[in-house]
Amino acid sequence: MNTPLSAGFADPVTDSQHCFRAVLEAMSRPGTALRAGAAHPPPGLSRAAAAVLLSLVDHETQLWLDPAGEAAWDWIAFHCGAPRTADLAGAPFAMALRLPNLSGLNPGTHEMPETSTTVIAEVASLSAGHRYRLSGPGLRVPKVIAVDGLPDDFVESWRRNHALYPCGVDLILCAGDMLTALPRSVAIEEA
Amino acid sequence: MKGYNFAYLDEQTKRMIRRALLKAVAIPGHQVPFGSREMPLPYGWGTGGIQVTAAVLGASDVLKVIDQGADDTTNAVSIRRFFARTAGVRTTTVTTEATVIQTRHRIPETQLRENQIIVYQVPQPEPLYRLEPSRIETRRMHALSDYGLMHVKLYEDIARYGQISISYDYPVLVNQRYLMSPSPIPAFDNPKMHMMPALQLFGAGREKRIYAIPPWTEVRSLDFEDHPFRAINAPHPCGLCGATDSYLDEVITDDRGGRMFVCSDTDHCSERQVAGHVGADGWREAAQ
Repeated sequence: MNTPLSAGFADPVTDSQHCFRAVLEAMSRPGTALRAGAAHPPPGLSRAAAAVLLSLVDHETQLWLDPAGEAAWDWIAFHCGAPRTADLAGAPFAMALRLPNLSGLNPGTHEMPETSTTVIAEVASLSAGHRYRLSGPGLRVPKVIAVDGLPDDFVESWRRNHALYPCGVDLILCAGDMLTALPRSVAIEEA
Repeated sequence: MKGYNFAYLDEQTKRMIRRALLKAVAIPGHQVPFGSREMPLPYGWGTGGIQVTAAVLGASDVLKVIDQGADDTTNAVSIRRFFARTAGVRTTTVTTEATVIQTRHRIPETQLRENQIIVYQVPQPEPLYRLEPSRIETRRMHALSDYGLMHVKLYEDIARYGQISISYDYPVLVNQRYLMSPSPIPAFDNPKMHMMPALQLFGAGREKRIYAIPPWTEVRSLDFEDHPFRAINAPHPCGLCGATDSYLDEVITDDRGGRMFVCSDTDHCSERQVAGHVGADGWREAAQ
């Protein structure tokens, strides 16, 4: 009945440092697509999303898991040990197979904007698809990125998220073994 | 090194610091609380910077550590050795070779690059602490972007002394939103933070706060239209390399009033000397 779990990181110390630096770099220079490192993912999750979970989530952080990704839960529970929450609006981390409506997430408070949700979301591609123009801290000049798999109303829902600054949610987008990040500080338009 | 995890900290602690760092980068200039650990050296010796460095450092990084610009002072030498022993990383004194630079109270003179990270050691992360002792109050002031108190302090300086009398830890406004302590770097270094290509991370161990400035971010030193910010430096060239554009330390050379001014950035000064630049004191020494 139970299928064996795939391994997490082959070398947890090196691999999680590598993945963290990719996320840090992507968060510092929004929209930069980087390789996330080598994790063996559970069913339903990309290698990049698995690596991000292994690097950032543990018993101290509640995790909301997309019901569509149920098959990955045993793996996450075993490797990360994160307590699961069904309350998307209160979760510090959310693992989504499709980006949920951002207005339903925790944007933090003005005194503690760092308590907002970090959404790890699967997308189809970080190199082709709909084009977005990013500007803000981390970008010397506006940057155009192509992402396939974000909701049709993403630009509008991001505009509302960005308007909450310094509150707002931060996104880590994953496709295959690539990731990128969109911090709340970045402004996004159609390109 | 046996008996320790890579870069000393355990993985759970690193994950906690890494989560704080990512939020700090997403909210430039905002102080994020973190569970600062006890380190094998006392608070005040750079425990915040060390924890941030330990959380970002990888085996392929090249680490440089400076203390007041110098690579060869006690604090810099001990921290460099700490990471050479616990992480086995390559260390350097050359600014351009380093991928991670931990600093106490200076920014190198050499302009930093896109793929570098500079980690500041911060004694007091709260820029308003001399004006408002309550953390609860200052947190509210940051939430409301209520920085009038700091402007009054700068105004009173001008009324009393004719100029703003802050020469180090000069407050800055980051991304037009958060008032931030740049750590006790000289005001001379403040302009280097503006639109810096490198990522800037700040760690305060005793005060348990982490904050950050992403690359290419606006960092403005507070001032007034009729009293614009001015970086102050000793009006001398460096005695050893003759540089006129670097930050200078005054060094007492004897008990008869002898003194010289030398670059505080030792790497910058020695690179210039190797390239053939000589200052007045260098010529005198050569003549003797």
